[in-house]
Formats: sequence, structure tokens, C-alpha cells
Amino acid sequence: MSVFSTDEIMTIAASRELTGARSCFVGIGLPSIAANLARSLHAPGLVLVYESGTIGAKPTRLPLSIGDGELARTADLVVSVPEIFNYWLQPGRIDVGMLGAAQVDRFANLNTTVIGSYDRPKVRLPGAGGAPEIATACPRVIIVMRQSKRTFVNDLDFRTTVGFGDGAGARSRLGMPGAGPRVMISDLGIFRPDPDTLEMTLTSLHPGVNVVDVRDATGWDLRVSGELVETLEPTDEELELLRRLHAGSSAKATT
Amino acid sequence: MAKFLSLESAIAANVHDGDVVALEGFTHLIPFAAGHEIIRQRRRDLTLVRLTPDLICDQLIGAGCARKLIFSWGGNPGVGSLHRFRDAIEHDWPHALDLDEHTHAGLANRFVAGAAGLPFAVLRAYAGTDVRAHSSTIANVTCPFTGEVLAAVAALRPDVTVIHAQQADRAGNVRFWGITGVQKESVLAASRSIVTVEEIVGDFSDDRNAVVLPSWTVTAIAHVPGGCYPSYAAGYSERDNDYYEAWDDLSRDRAVFEDWLEHEVYERGSVR
Repeated sequence: MSVFSTDEIMTIAASRELTGARSCFVGIGLPSIAANLARSLHAPGLVLVYESGTIGAKPTRLPLSIGDGELARTADLVVSVPEIFNYWLQPGRIDVGMLGAAQVDRFANLNTTVIGSYDRPKVRLPGAGGAPEIATACPRVIIVMRQSKRTFVNDLDFRTTVGFGDGAGARSRLGMPGAGPRVMISDLGIFRPDPDTLEMTLTSLHPGVNVVDVRDATGWDLRVSGELVETLEPTDEELELLRRLHAGSSAKATT
Repeated sequence: MAKFLSLESAIAANVHDGDVVALEGFTHLIPFAAGHEIIRQRRRDLTLVRLTPDLICDQLIGAGCARKLIFSWGGNPGVGSLHRFRDAIEHDWPHALDLDEHTHAGLANRFVAGAAGLPFAVLRAYAGTDVRAHSSTIANVTCPFTGEVLAAVAALRPDVTVIHAQQADRAGNVRFWGITGVQKESVLAASRSIVTVEEIVGDFSDDRNAVVLPSWTVTAIAHVPGGCYPSYAAGYSERDNDYYEAWDDLSRDRAVFEDWLEHEVYERGSVR
């Protein structure tokens, strides 16, 4: 058995979710690492799309920012910011959106704006960026984030991005065409929406993690699937490729 | 027609206290030298506009130039927080900063409406978010053909837009390529524009399919090679990622930042 970190299994599990996808709108940080790993292993033809307007980027090392020269040099085409959002993202041309956040709630709504009150925040976070429209328009959304009671919360301090809103039916009432978050991957396990309520439900535990660990790191009364499974361990190939990506990068894997 | 000016003269003539100033460039081609000149000329009460405030707005905010910020993502890309931006919002240092925040798509479309001479732009966004409730420039609009309820965002027309480009030709036309962000729309939406350029060339007959802003849409051009450092100009320079990482420490402490401001901006003097 290989030795791997909780971050590594999170990233690898997220990259597996891109198997079969044609294109992915990628946020910087954990999503970018997972998407690049998928392109080198689980989804070889995967078209990586960054909000800087680089479509079909094929970076050989992880970019530090969404606008690194490497992304533009290796892209199939580079378009303006109005064009990437209006012509490419908004009509649903990009299959999958992969997002991170500072806080998530049971309906996979995300906060990337403030911790505390909006007018006098305890911590001012970067804000919306491209996430709200990615979550609106992409047919499928994948969320990747580290889990604790501070990040998996009962009430968001600010709803920056809508996952399933207040639950079943909310997305269609809000006029959101995409199907919403299909999966959420943390460093402890994997969560999928309940088919009826759309509440994010624990469906897979990473090796060595038990249900109590996950409950202790969740700010709401967590639902656990009746068909709970264990996440497949990373293969040697997955680990080696992931580590090679990190080694060739100046990017900190912290955001 | 665009006038060729020194950067000092271009800023003095076109950026005034209280102006709405857009500084665009999406990671690539960020007009840092122009930002530093605005700081040196001690402009005050500016409304800064920028999708990704980046280090350039962190510096302007920390130097006390800004009263308000219109933006869509305020972080140090791949590194973390913008500490001067956070200090202004969390602690009113050096003074309070008003915000009008959007999503990238929303703010980009505000420039599109400004460039198009329309009062607003339409997009499918903001429904169910708290972003909407905190901005007075977002509203609902109903499609007259389908009845779909969509978001309207108010047109944005800056007093002046500042960008950095790879080239101007001798007639004052401006050309840039690579990641082109929202610079074309932000210049066409503005009353005035300032462009710093890496190089002045003969003409653009070799390629007119890059983004070209004709001379009569630009107010002032200043020849400032390296004027986007530590950002980059494709074909001329590489992004200095180490600088972005070093800024995290440098900007965290007010006194260290003020020391940086003194030595790296005020004492350096203007680019003439």
C-alpha cells in the first residue's frame, strides 16, 4: 500500500470525477491541480478552460495564476473576458465546472466573499470571480475543498454562489440551466446530492476515515448514505503523476 | 488622435482627484508603472475599477488614493490575500473603502454596455446570491420575447481607463495580443484613455487581427518598456511569480508597506 496524504486522495478523487468529460472550466488552486491531473490520466483529451480566456490550455507545469503565459502559449484559442463568459460559459458549452470555496452548506451553496458580516468582516475573502456563473451554466459542477467545522457550515456568512439554493426545485425557480453540484470531494470523503432532497450526503469515506470523523468536521446534522463505500486508494500511477505536477510548479497548493 | 506624452504628463493631464479610473489587464499587461505614477502624483478620492484588483490596486489603496473600489475578485492569484485591500475593508486603514462588487461576467458586461453606448447589459447571473443584494448596479429584467427573468447590470463609463499594451505605431494606433482581458471594452467605454506601451513600431501591416485600438480612440500614449512589471507582456517579458509571492509578506505589515512605498514609488521619481 502506498503512503499518501489527505490532500493527495482529495485531489485524485476529484480528478477521477472528470473521467469522460470533454471540457472543464477550472478555478485556480485545488481545482486546477485536479483538472491537470485528470488531463494527464483519466481524461486525456480534456479541454481545460480558464477564465482568462484560454481555451484548451495544455500546461506542462501547474500555473500560479489563471493568466500565466504558459496557459496562453499552449491554448487552442485565447478569447477576451466578455467572450469567455458570454459565448462559451453562459450557453452551457463547457461540460464541467470545478470550484473551491471557504465555506459550503448542506445544499452545496458556496461562500468566497466574507467571514463575519459584509460591512465589517472578520476576514475579507476575494469575492465571486467566475464561480457564480460557472455554477449556473455548466451542466455539471464539482466542488473540491478541505473539510472542517469552519468550512462545512450550517449557515453561510454570505451566499456567493448557488449550488442547490434552499433545496429541491430552487435552481429551476431561479432560472439556472445547469444541473448543479453532482459531487463534492473533501479530504475526508465524497458527498453526493440526495436524489429527492438534493442535500449533500456522505457516500464514500477515504481510507482510514470513519463516519464519526466526518460528522465531527461538519457543521450540520450530516446525512450518510445507506450504501456508503470506501474511496479507492490512489494508484501508484496517480500518485506519481500528481507529485510530478507539484514538483514542476511554483504554485502553492493552499487555495 | 492619441498624443505621445511622458507617463508623468499623461497622468497629470488625464487622472484627476475624484475620477472613476479603470486599470485593466487580466493577469497579463497590468499597467503597474501608471499605477505608481498615480500614487506619486498623490491623487485622492478615486473610484478604482478593475475585475481583479491584484497588487496594483493593493498598492493604490494602501497609498490612500482610493475612496471606492468596483471589482469582481480581490486576491493575490495563487498566493492568497491582498493585505492592503483587506486592511482597508476590515480596519478602515488608511481610510474606509466603499465597494461595489460583481462577478467577472457581470463587471465585464458593465464595460460591454459602456462600450456599446447602452444603459445596461443582460446576462444570466446573480439569482439567489447575496452579491445581488449588496450592489445597486444589478437589477432584474424580463425578456420581452420569452419572459425569462435575467440580470441587468448598469453600464460603466469610467472617466479614464489605463492599460498597458505591447505596441503603438507611429500614428498612435495601439496593438496588443495574448490574454486580452476586457481592455478593449474598458477603453471604448471611457471618456479618456491612457496606454503605456512596450515598443513603438512603424506600422501594423503585418497583423491587424490582434486587438487594435485606433489612434482616435486613445487619448494619450506613453512609451514605458517594462511598464507592466511584475505582470508580463507576451513576447516581451515573463510574469515574475516570485514577486507576487514576496508581496504577501511585504504588504502584510503597514510599516513595511509604507517603507516599500517610500523607496520603490516616491523616491524613484516619475518616468519622463
